[in-house]
Amino acid sequence: MADWIVSFFSIADPKMVKQITYLVNSIPYAIWETLYSTLIATLMAHLIGLPLGILLVTGAQDGVRPLPRPLMQVLNVVVNLLRSVPFLILMVMVMPLSRIILGTTIGTPGILVPLTVAAAPFVARLVESSLREMDRGLIEAAQAMGCSTLQIVWKVMLPESLPSLLSSFTTAFITILGYGAMAGAIGGGGLGAMAMMDGWTQRQKAVLYTAVVVLVILVQIFQSVGSHLSARVDKRVGQKVRKASAGDRNKQTQKDKGMSPPDAM
Amino acid sequence: MIELKNVSKVFPTAEGQLRALADVSLTIGDGEVYGIVGMSGAGKSTLVRCINLLERPTSGQVVIDGADLCAMSRKELIAQRRSISMIFQQFNLLMQRTCLKNICFPMEIARVKRPEAEKRARELLEVVGLPDKADAYPAQLSGGQKQRIAIARALASDPKILLCDEATSALDPKTTRDILRLVKDINRRLGITVVVITHEMAVVEEICTHVAILDHGRVMETGTVEQVFSNPQTEAGRRLVYPDGVRIDELPTANVIRIAFNGGSSYEPLIASLAIDCGVKVNILGADTRNVNGQAFGTMLLGLPGDRLEAEKAITYIKNQPNVTMEEVRDYHG
Repeated sequence: MADWIVSFFSIADPKMVKQITYLVNSIPYAIWETLYSTLIATLMAHLIGLPLGILLVTGAQDGVRPLPRPLMQVLNVVVNLLRSVPFLILMVMVMPLSRIILGTTIGTPGILVPLTVAAAPFVARLVESSLREMDRGLIEAAQAMGCSTLQIVWKVMLPESLPSLLSSFTTAFITILGYGAMAGAIGGGGLGAMAMMDGWTQRQKAVLYTAVVVLVILVQIFQSVGSHLSARVDKRVGQKVRKASAGDRNKQTQKDKGMSPPDAM
Repeated sequence: MIELKNVSKVFPTAEGQLRALADVSLTIGDGEVYGIVGMSGAGKSTLVRCINLLERPTSGQVVIDGADLCAMSRKELIAQRRSISMIFQQFNLLMQRTCLKNICFPMEIARVKRPEAEKRARELLEVVGLPDKADAYPAQLSGGQKQRIAIARALASDPKILLCDEATSALDPKTTRDILRLVKDINRRLGITVVVITHEMAVVEEICTHVAILDHGRVMETGTVEQVFSNPQTEAGRRLVYPDGVRIDELPTANVIRIAFNGGSSYEPLIASLAIDCGVKVNILGADTRNVNGQAFGTMLLGLPGDRLEAEKAITYIKNQPNVTMEEVRDYHG
């Protein structure tokens, strides 16, 4: 394909030809590396951050199951500490941990652990603020109906905050995408590394700009998809008049089934 | 039977301790519709939340059918709460669930099988008169419809007690009456004890059998609605029954009627036309009326002239007015 592009634009500059050839050959893999490392890190960050965020809300003094105040204070300090260390520094600090868990500190696998560690407290705060947005009256109603704490979390807090949680997920994904690009500077893979190492350092402007433009496009796509999904699952406002067709209704019920959380306890 | 024994609740605040309830004792019999009235800030909401221990009293006992809730373990309390339902001013429906799923919710947490729960939920939708709203989301409903769904949800766990926390305060007068009628009907048909928290005396008048007047965290008086309304014993009671501050000993002793406006033309022409058409002058002793878009709602106390013939003329005239109901107030002076 590189030949085709070169001949189509009748580019004669040999440096340009080299860059375009390189781009066409490497960019699909760089995109893939960026996407999968971002996705895995986002999921891992939620695996830690989601329960932590829930705990920060439910365990607070005004929460459904207040935990001892000192414990909550320690938790808050840890989250704040991790969030206040600049990502580049944190990444270097976490390298030993990465070696223990994944056996490597370089390449795309090498940045998964630092990304997760850096993003988890951020995700925890996002989840916390999403859950706090919720109307307290709903929790009170659930308590009055005899819900256990676990049922309140599973059946009230999470489903009712789903639109907001999806927005948070999008924000986290995009932030981690940015972190991942930064990780290119210390030996990660993906588009960030391509822009830094092959673009900037080797003065290949076409490579640099292309990598950046692709990153921008990716962010746009994920933000749109995230916002759209968040609005789509939200039953509170902007209810579109639902078509009465059976197919549409089936879709609806299937989606509902998919969304309803497993039985608590 | 619900017994509150010397219940006190103190909230710590920045300015020191706030005593929301002070030594409240109440007995609410089975099947009663018990109104708890008071001005805002009187502690009504705190009091009703003590009945299902959403608020834990600082001291005192909450005894339901002989069992002290304060002494229960977390598990026992959860089980007990499933027999006490609650509806709220803000409805508190789950916005991401359909109405049917909202009604299923209490059964879901009590692990009732889904088909069984849905069948019961559909029955309850019939009871509250919204059988076609099963698949609608709460955001698509009006306030009155939301409260109906909330009532259906409250009934889903077959409760013994229904707590209504300002359940009609966010609704318009007509919807309020409809909802109150539904609650009354449920009380009659299912024998559920209802506790109604409200600041509106009209609500108490409409459905309650008994009433307690709460002021500054204290129960000022209790009794049947007739007793308390016709003859409030305390200053707080009089303030609520006659909000415009009529001094009871300044009122005439006989021929007092209470008329209620149910949304006709404004009340001033009625009194004026009474004077013009019948030549009868009446004395407005007290009024609690609101003019909503040119329509009058509320009640008014009128003192009729001592002359019997003239009084009867006035009564006949008022009786013939559309949108006005009238009753004589006996023993007005006590």
